[in-house]
Amino acid sequence: MSSGELVTERDRAQEAFTKALLDDDPETLYERAPCGYLSTTPDGTIVKVNETFLTWTGHARKDLVGHRTFASLLTAGGRIYHDTHYAPMLHMQEHVREIALDVVTADGQRLPVLVNAALGRDDDGEPVVVRVVLFDATERRGYERELLRAKQLAEASELKARALARALQQTLIPPHPPEIPGLDVAAVYRPAGSGEEVGGDFYDVFQVGTDDWVVAVGDVCGKGVEAAILTALVRHTLRAVAMQVSGPAEALHALNEVLLHHQTDRFCTIAVLRLRLVGERWRLTMSLGGHPQPIMLGPGGLATAVGSPGSLVGILPDPTFEETQVPLDHDATLVLYTDGVTEARRGDELYGDERLRATALRHDGSPATVSEEVLRDVLDFQGGSARDDIAVLALRTLTRVREADAPPS
Amino acid sequence: MDALTRNNVRVFGQMDQQPILFAHGFGCDQNMWRFVAPEFEDDYRVVLFDHVGAGGSDLTAYDPAKYSSLEGYAADVNEICRELDLHEVVLVGHSVASMIGMLAVLAEPERYARLVMVGPSPRYIDDGSYTGGFSDADITELLDSLDSNYLGWSSTMAPVIMGNPDRPELGEELTASFCRTDPDIARRFAEVTFRSDNRADLARVPVPTLVLQCSHDVIAPVEVGAYVHEQVPDSTLVVLDAVGHCPNLSAPAETTAAIVDFLRT
Repeated sequence: MSSGELVTERDRAQEAFTKALLDDDPETLYERAPCGYLSTTPDGTIVKVNETFLTWTGHARKDLVGHRTFASLLTAGGRIYHDTHYAPMLHMQEHVREIALDVVTADGQRLPVLVNAALGRDDDGEPVVVRVVLFDATERRGYERELLRAKQLAEASELKARALARALQQTLIPPHPPEIPGLDVAAVYRPAGSGEEVGGDFYDVFQVGTDDWVVAVGDVCGKGVEAAILTALVRHTLRAVAMQVSGPAEALHALNEVLLHHQTDRFCTIAVLRLRLVGERWRLTMSLGGHPQPIMLGPGGLATAVGSPGSLVGILPDPTFEETQVPLDHDATLVLYTDGVTEARRGDELYGDERLRATALRHDGSPATVSEEVLRDVLDFQGGSARDDIAVLALRTLTRVREADAPPS
Repeated sequence: MDALTRNNVRVFGQMDQQPILFAHGFGCDQNMWRFVAPEFEDDYRVVLFDHVGAGGSDLTAYDPAKYSSLEGYAADVNEICRELDLHEVVLVGHSVASMIGMLAVLAEPERYARLVMVGPSPRYIDDGSYTGGFSDADITELLDSLDSNYLGWSSTMAPVIMGNPDRPELGEELTASFCRTDPDIARRFAEVTFRSDNRADLARVPVPTLVLQCSHDVIAPVEVGAYVHEQVPDSTLVVLDAVGHCPNLSAPAETTAAIVDFLRT
């Protein structure tokens, strides 16, 4: 049947329906209703069908009544849906509404329909009849398919974007600090929220010469792609300039210049450490660019903030970055962190410096233990979900290992 | 999370008697057993649950990798039995849960006494001389059906509560949620259900098994029920007068009687 004929048939049905309404003729109201109408036994065998349905589908009444079930008029996939969803729902709640199915017409075409059905019972409560109304949903289904396609496309792009964000995050955060002979370095990182947005916290550990290393922990303001771009810029710039300068303050000045000239009004805070092995001991020089002061965990339960805060990096044309020599005793642990730790909130309460010191001291074992326990405590404090990125890096010298390696004197 | 919460497990009946555990199939949830399970509460410890992704299960526990095979679902069944410390279990599975139940039994045979398969099919797609009843294209079409009813699912998540004055025992919450599943999970469950092939496992079933077959069932045709009976060593085939795929809903009395008879032998 061509669509032209179908439209004419529909028009005719509509016309007859209106006329029947005026004439108040129940027979015509049923036969020419502007919807398909079927009655079946509870098992689904068709016992009554209206003309509209026959017109739409091209089936003959004698082929349907007493011979076919409603489900048998559906596509194979629709039959499964019928038996696994429609029929159970009908039995349980006595009606189903707005079920989308395809009826197979006499010439093998598909007619998308929306189906409402109700189960009728006799006086004893036994099911006797199912009344089924079908609405032609050709146009609606086309529209829904487009909606669905658009939704699938959107979901696919979102998945891609998330995968990209994760990949980007992986490149920004080294999963494990490299092995440094005589130094034990461990770090943890946890992005804010569900962990799918690229954050602005980072850390880096890299070698600039023989027994000469740089450790950095930083925080680029903001989140998302723009912050990620800046994070990458900061890390790469630091890696490049660290090779050419002798101290961390000089590296910060160079980094400040680069950020000032970059097309961004974003800035960062960063702690840069230069570690050189002199004789048997690691010598540590540190400079802070507006970054929270690291904590030195010493013997006897002492936790001391070290370093001088310095200017934010990427704002002032003439910033101040001081260098501090930090003594690294073999039984001391240095803990670096971002403000996601101390500024974590529970209601109005801040996690704060005191809590950080107490937690770090309580778990002052290996750097891995300290950093992991601090992260765990901060997350617990916030009820498991971080409001801001969190990065913690801890390091400790392994003098004894070094001594053991040395040839006997 | 424990399996009892994850799978929305409900236990009732005689706590010191033999356990009978009912597993629902693809499409709905444990309410499929609503008219059958209570018939066993006088003589058995009755256990009902929802597969992860269905009914009142914990949707956050849905792991696409785990549930990409029926074994993932079977592992949950055994976990539930372990947590409840069930032994000599009678396991009743409807539709695809016949196969899930079989896999659970094969994994921990010492735990189970008997298996009841209601409308089982070890493979839905035709394969050479084997007739499953469907082609691969039919299954793709089913997935389209699920997609087409997707918008319906979304709107029912809004509080569209349908009253049911005639059958007040059906809570409003049930009415609104029965057979409604996250479309993404429904699609994946449909894939694993209708594209699985467990024919080779049938011969290994070590417990007495009842195959309950409806007399006219497009999803699991009579020939398939006969095939299952032929393959499972210690099996009994009962063909019900009931038609359709859900005798537990359409003919609960006949279904219950067949299971009771089988458990008596």
